[in-house]
Amino acid sequence: MSTLRPDLELISNWIVPGSRVLDLGCGDGALLAHLTRTRNVSGYGLEIDPDNLARCVDAGVNVIQGDLDDGLKDFETGSFDYVLMTQALQALQRPDEALAEILRVGKTAIVTFPNFGHWRVRSALAMGRMPVTPSLPETWYNTPNIHLCTVSDFEDLCHARGWRIASRRLLDRSYHEGLGIRIAPNLFSEIAIYTLQGPKIIGVTA
Amino acid sequence: MGAFPADSVGLVTPRKIVIDQALALDCGRTLPQHELVIETYGTLNAKASNAILICHALSGDHHAAGYSSETDKKPGWWDNCIGPGKPIDTNRFFVVSLNNLGGCRGSTGPSTINAETGEPWGPDFPLLTVRDWVRSQALLADQLGIRQWAAVVGGSLGGMQVMQWTIDLPDRIRNAIVIAAAPKISAQNIAFNEIARQAILSDPEFHGGRFYNHDVIPSRGLKLARMLGHITYLSDAAMRAKFGRELKAATPSFNYDVEFEVESYLRHQGQAFVDRFDANTYLIMTKALDYFDPAREFGDDLSTAFRQAKAKFLVVAFTSDWRFSPARSREIVKSLVSAGRDVSYALIDSQLGHDDFLMPLPQYHRVLSSYLARITEEET
Repeated sequence: MSTLRPDLELISNWIVPGSRVLDLGCGDGALLAHLTRTRNVSGYGLEIDPDNLARCVDAGVNVIQGDLDDGLKDFETGSFDYVLMTQALQALQRPDEALAEILRVGKTAIVTFPNFGHWRVRSALAMGRMPVTPSLPETWYNTPNIHLCTVSDFEDLCHARGWRIASRRLLDRSYHEGLGIRIAPNLFSEIAIYTLQGPKIIGVTA
Repeated sequence: MGAFPADSVGLVTPRKIVIDQALALDCGRTLPQHELVIETYGTLNAKASNAILICHALSGDHHAAGYSSETDKKPGWWDNCIGPGKPIDTNRFFVVSLNNLGGCRGSTGPSTINAETGEPWGPDFPLLTVRDWVRSQALLADQLGIRQWAAVVGGSLGGMQVMQWTIDLPDRIRNAIVIAAAPKISAQNIAFNEIARQAILSDPEFHGGRFYNHDVIPSRGLKLARMLGHITYLSDAAMRAKFGRELKAATPSFNYDVEFEVESYLRHQGQAFVDRFDANTYLIMTKALDYFDPAREFGDDLSTAFRQAKAKFLVVAFTSDWRFSPARSREIVKSLVSAGRDVSYALIDSQLGHDDFLMPLPQYHRVLSSYLARITEEET
């Protein structure tokens, strides 16, 4: 049994046992398989890549082949306790619409993305270059990341849309929360993990 | 034996199963007894828990895999998928393939003799539904000592039988593999079927379905029906790639003989079909396709219908299939998700069209193999 990626381990600790989970861009299904095994969740993954899809089937995970950019119209409103999306937000055509859809389908959204406000990014831009950093390793012409944002940008969007930030974890790329992050989160965090709830839902804890 | 490929089930012999229990049909009539021709591949384990049922499509039959004789050059219709080490692995599973009731390859149908009259049934054979087939297949399972199928698998009309199994007999199926199917066919699809039927019904040699007594077959009508069907089984791109606008001769001949390659192909396919298929069976099969609508008795809500099901599902669609498009498979998946059933859905990149469900596309067979590898032999 391979160990779970640390951010996925973090997320899985937040899931209430027995929940219904939708994992968007579920990759090889490791998180869902882990949640099924350890927290008795039921759920589905959405995945576009055929090789990943086959790996999910290998892992015995329910997986639906589909494109996040096509929306979640095949899923009913409020039909999941959690909708998860890890490191995919920045690669979507319309992250704002996707988040709205996620909060329609799920009672709680758990979203992770790379923070574009990190000092390495800022210093590359200050030198007049598109950043290539350990957590954003692709070059400008071949990156799948078309809608990068900073922690502050993301929180602005949430406030503007009335989405409640139930919790946030800001980490470096080793998934640690150092002193720098506590002092200047938007400057020192590389990975952001947010738990969101839609405007109408109150009293649900992650 | 050595003449057959190593991953083939080899020489196969069909056998006839006589089902003596009366079968009440959706049309209100009852068949006191019927016969089904089947082939089986692999070995049934002691607990009878490793059996897979193959449901055939419109023009399919029991001969899904292997060779019918030592000199047979062409294996069964799904040989690329069924055999030792293949996705439906006969080293592990006991595979049952039948010719459905109403068929024309030996099972009781319009071209077999009606014991009451001593003549072929012809138009007196009852019209059938997918539910009737599932009932008949369940009686077959009883005869074979199979209480619960490890999986029921089918493409197109076969996929519809798989869905009906999960709804009507949820305790007798653990896994449902539904390929290139639809929750019910569209008006456009019914329209294609109606043209096919009218081609047969209006052939003067159809004789109201009693052509057997006149020693003729309605070959023109059946041929037209099949030609029409073939157009819908292929994608526009596949036809362009396969035939283009190639003329058989250097210059146009300005008459109605075969000139374009695609005309030649369709006529060949039509003629080959006439030689192996029965016109009355074709009518019955297309009607069963039209009638299929499992949501109907559940307030037209497919997810309510699927709440009956206990099986796990794998749904597969093909990008180039326009007859049973991926959007139709998504309807199935959506209903299964909202019913809270276990389901995986694979959309296979394809070129050919609906017929791709019979092709050994690597992505397709990879998913089938992965799914089937996880099927346990434990009954639920």
